[in-house]
Amino acid sequence: MEQQASAWALVLSGDPALYAIVGLSLGVSLGATLLAALLGAPLGALIALSRFPGRQAVVVMLNALMGLPPVVVGLAVYLLLSRSGPLGEWGLLFTPSAMVVTQTILVLPIIAALSRQTIEDLWQEYREELAAMGVGPVRRIRTLLWDARFSLVTALLAGFGRAAAEVGSIIIVGGNIEGYTRTMTTTIALETSKGNLPLAMGLGMILLCIVLAVNVAAWAVKQVGARFEQ
Amino acid sequence: MFTHLLPIVKARTGITAKVIAQGTGQALETARRGDADVVFVHDPEAEARFVAEGHGIRRQLVMYNDFVLVGPAADPAGVKGREVLPALQAIRRGQRLFVSRGDKSGTHQAELRLWKEAGIEVNAATDRWYRAVGQGMGPALNIAAASDAYILTDRATWISFLNKAGLVLLVEGDRRLHNQYSLILVNPERHPEARSAEGLRFIDFLLSPEGQQEIARFRVEGQQLFFPNASLTQ
Repeated sequence: MEQQASAWALVLSGDPALYAIVGLSLGVSLGATLLAALLGAPLGALIALSRFPGRQAVVVMLNALMGLPPVVVGLAVYLLLSRSGPLGEWGLLFTPSAMVVTQTILVLPIIAALSRQTIEDLWQEYREELAAMGVGPVRRIRTLLWDARFSLVTALLAGFGRAAAEVGSIIIVGGNIEGYTRTMTTTIALETSKGNLPLAMGLGMILLCIVLAVNVAAWAVKQVGARFEQ
Repeated sequence: MFTHLLPIVKARTGITAKVIAQGTGQALETARRGDADVVFVHDPEAEARFVAEGHGIRRQLVMYNDFVLVGPAADPAGVKGREVLPALQAIRRGQRLFVSRGDKSGTHQAELRLWKEAGIEVNAATDRWYRAVGQGMGPALNIAAASDAYILTDRATWISFLNKAGLVLLVEGDRRLHNQYSLILVNPERHPEARSAEGLRFIDFLLSPEGQQEIARFRVEGQQLFFPNASLTQ
């Protein structure tokens, strides 16, 4: 308990190292979620509206990819970004950018699969209307994504939750470098390995609070947005 | 220790070193792929291989500490105060739980050499008393603490470790438990992208009288954890 109190003491005393770690965690997870949303939501909508042979297989595959094991993704990205790998010249290994890359890959299927479901349901409602108006496929996707935007927030939060909680891939491609690629989850893993279980637990509580705060903020945006609509 | 050393290295050489903490086996693998500039490791045989393969140059001794055998305070195998080889034989004879890193780290390799010298063939897959956990020193100590098992650890990690639970230090001081650390520069001819000029300055500082003194000055709970011995370099 004493050291759990000390984790909170770090927060209250404005410990700059802790704030940097929290900042990096939020930056990497939110950055990955944003990137994954920009790619995944349109992709999900496209699959929702398209009819092609093997579509069911693609849908099942996309759903399955939600269960991508982080260490496998971390390892694959590591091999790509390693100096002896194909993208080694970019010099991205053991940087925050590499962590955004792996987390984007992990979050993308979650956002794409959940968006696909949301848009497909909405499409059933809008189909005749949009067909009667004779709008093209790009406009359709844009209209549907816009109208579903508040429902899609849940998909984004699911993606963010995955990213914020994840340690397996970022510790491989980030290296847990103090002051550079050390996040909340890798710090918790490190403190656990030092046997400092109360501090690790305290940091875990702080991470939970941060995730809760992000969810509250998203909820507030949704509430205000929905009211503004009416 | 790097939290203590790096600001000094930065102030004296201008180099911002980024430390990726890995076991020796993994660290050398990372360097083999060209993803490190300098390795700081402790497994003489693996180091010699790494240099012989042309991945590293200028291997230099930098400091040492020692391994210790820790285990449950009740010491069911009765190893307290013995030399390390008879201690391992007693653990084996009594089929007492032993946790092994099992991760090709320097400590794991040292442990395997000790079993061999004790004339014991361990088989992680079939020996129920021998548990290879495939994790770092800290997680392995957590497991040993939770299961009242014996475990070989380096003294620095043991002193800094905060979750000792029922574990106590049982065997120490045997010359076989010497733990030598070396610095190796990643060979710029083999890995042209490696920042070898900076790597060399980093190594030179740690080997200099000032760097050696800083290593000696690092203490946890009032105890010196590492003993510089760069002057002994061949």
